[in-house]
Amino acid sequence: MANIKLEGLRHSYVDNPKNDEDWALKQIDLEWEDGGAYALLGPSGCGKTTLLNIISGLLQPSHGSIKFDDSEVNQISTDKRDIAQIFQFPVVYDTMSVYDNLAFPLRNLGLDEAKVSERVAEIAQLVELTSMLTSRASGLTAGDKQKISLGRGLVRTKVNAILFDEPLTVIDPHLKWQLRSKLKKLHQLLNRTMIYVTHDQIEALTFADKVVVMNFGEVLQIGTPVELFEKPKHTFVGHFIGSPGMNILPCKLDGDNAKLGKHIIETASQITQNHKGRNLEIGIRPELIKFSDDGLPVSIVKVSNVGHAQIVETSFEDHKIKLIVDEDFVLPSNNAHLSFNKEKTYLYADGWLV
Amino acid sequence: MELQLKEVVKTVSGKTHIYPTNLTFKSGDFNILLGTTGSGKTTLMQIMAGLDSIDSGSIYFNGADVTKVPVQKRNISMVYQAFINYPNFSVFDNIASPLYVAKLSEVEIKKRVGDIAELLKLSPLLDHNPSELSGGQQQRTAMARALVKDSSLVLLDEPLANLDYKLREELRDELPPLLAKRDSVVVYSTTEPLEALLFGGNTATLHKGKVVQFGPTNEVYQYPNNLISAQVFSEPIMNQVKVIKKGNELFMHSGVKWQIKGKSANLQDGSYSFGIRPHHFKIGAKNDGFIRISGTVDISEISGSDSVIHFRNDDGFWIVHLSGIHSHSFGNSIELYMDTTKGILFDDDGNTILN
Repeated sequence: MANIKLEGLRHSYVDNPKNDEDWALKQIDLEWEDGGAYALLGPSGCGKTTLLNIISGLLQPSHGSIKFDDSEVNQISTDKRDIAQIFQFPVVYDTMSVYDNLAFPLRNLGLDEAKVSERVAEIAQLVELTSMLTSRASGLTAGDKQKISLGRGLVRTKVNAILFDEPLTVIDPHLKWQLRSKLKKLHQLLNRTMIYVTHDQIEALTFADKVVVMNFGEVLQIGTPVELFEKPKHTFVGHFIGSPGMNILPCKLDGDNAKLGKHIIETASQITQNHKGRNLEIGIRPELIKFSDDGLPVSIVKVSNVGHAQIVETSFEDHKIKLIVDEDFVLPSNNAHLSFNKEKTYLYADGWLV
Repeated sequence: MELQLKEVVKTVSGKTHIYPTNLTFKSGDFNILLGTTGSGKTTLMQIMAGLDSIDSGSIYFNGADVTKVPVQKRNISMVYQAFINYPNFSVFDNIASPLYVAKLSEVEIKKRVGDIAELLKLSPLLDHNPSELSGGQQQRTAMARALVKDSSLVLLDEPLANLDYKLREELRDELPPLLAKRDSVVVYSTTEPLEALLFGGNTATLHKGKVVQFGPTNEVYQYPNNLISAQVFSEPIMNQVKVIKKGNELFMHSGVKWQIKGKSANLQDGSYSFGIRPHHFKIGAKNDGFIRISGTVDISEISGSDSVIHFRNDDGFWIVHLSGIHSHSFGNSIELYMDTTKGILFDDDGNTILN
């Protein structure tokens, strides 16, 4: 168990990096507290796998240091870092029984069989594999195989952190719900540091207490799910979190007011003349827009029923604005107007929150 | 155009993979096969394409029996979950390849590739090789190749499954209008209920090689004809509890009871299953039809705007989906109100009795 600190981490896959694009990781400073549930969230190519490989020791960073409990581990090899890693595709020894699969890491450590058996029984119960310990792994379902991977990750008692690399990407929706809530429950029971890497915002937000949102090789925001939802620091975070994401609407300044067309939009941001001439956008969540008697006049373009709600796409001049309303809500037939929740409407300058 | 499967059966070394299946798909509709991995979606598509043989039954296209017609002569386009492109061809040549085979004129090929590339936002990438593209762009290339020729049947087998979440969201918006314009039969398979709901059209719910229900997507979602269809089309799963009907009341094991609304008079007293989707619960609502449910929290999952809470009580395990932030720790007690009017009653065999 350890506190993990990344200091001034930079990485490039090319020999003599010249410009920004040459850096897979531009600059990462992060601290993960012992026992926390974290997620690393970003699109393909954002640098999250690079970062994961640096932590596990598969990759040496070009600059910076990785510290476990304040001692640098850059020079320590992967197998000595005591990190368990669980991958997208379950890594299971098909010819072995479930029991032997779970026992494998312990036998590698040279534990005696009595201890192995005790520990395997304990873990099998946690991940609900007790009834199939004697079965051969080859005949199991994808979900059970992923449980074995998970169990093997948890079986060693001395582990600094458990890294999950897109563990549920290839799993069906129903099973995904089951395994994810199981993972979360395991975290509550074991209090191990868990780092969950994914491109799926729902998985990241539901699993983690704190989410690190990455893109372009840098960290854009670190926050609780609620913070990321309510106050995204960058338009990318606004767009990436939420389904559909935040509406990002190019706007103009008129005095100290932000305007969409002729309409003043009240925001929670402090607008000053310094923002003139920059690329300005208004950000508002679909969940925080309501139909109202007056406000921004829009026409309704499309309505999609998603079960618990309706996603309504509207247009104002050449802007597309999406909002989410209740499943039973009756949409206005004409003269639709929108009002934004002022406290949660923000101005962004060159992508960053004002 | 119309594709028809009549009593189609497929077995593999004695095991039935597809039970007798009857389906009719028409052009102009978005037809969806919804089911988990292993439910038979891909097998059915391979059969429709003529890539896989059948044991019995027939396949008709526009009324003509095509059961024995090989895939090369069926004028079909298919997109798979994995991005399949020719690695040594440019994006242009990848998209144009079926047109080269059809020996179209150079002018015509240029025009068609240009048009479809524009629609799928590939125009600036036509000179590139697939390896230089992102996953989303590679899958767009595969889709462009499938859509560039006038095929009479377009089969899309979980085409978005391997894409990043946000890319999936974008393509879900782009695909339906693109496919609607074509004069071809379109069949799309997915494991995700949300995807089916967003696309609309018609949905067939599939389970263990059987078509459970087929109809307009919203109807199948709102009025599942049995428990399996309801579960295939719920995410997270539909809550299911045993209830006893006595007179015009339903009782759960714990003693919680409520009045049945509507036409329950003919319903025999006895035991039933009550199904209710996770979003039909509220905190503190006491309108007509709402009853109080309490329990002990297992976990709560917060997504930023919504909360999903797993809890348990004497009646079993429950999953509820609430809007807003409701954080609960393991072991907390929780009290909610269930909208009984939104529930569905199933008999012991799982058939829908009252909806």
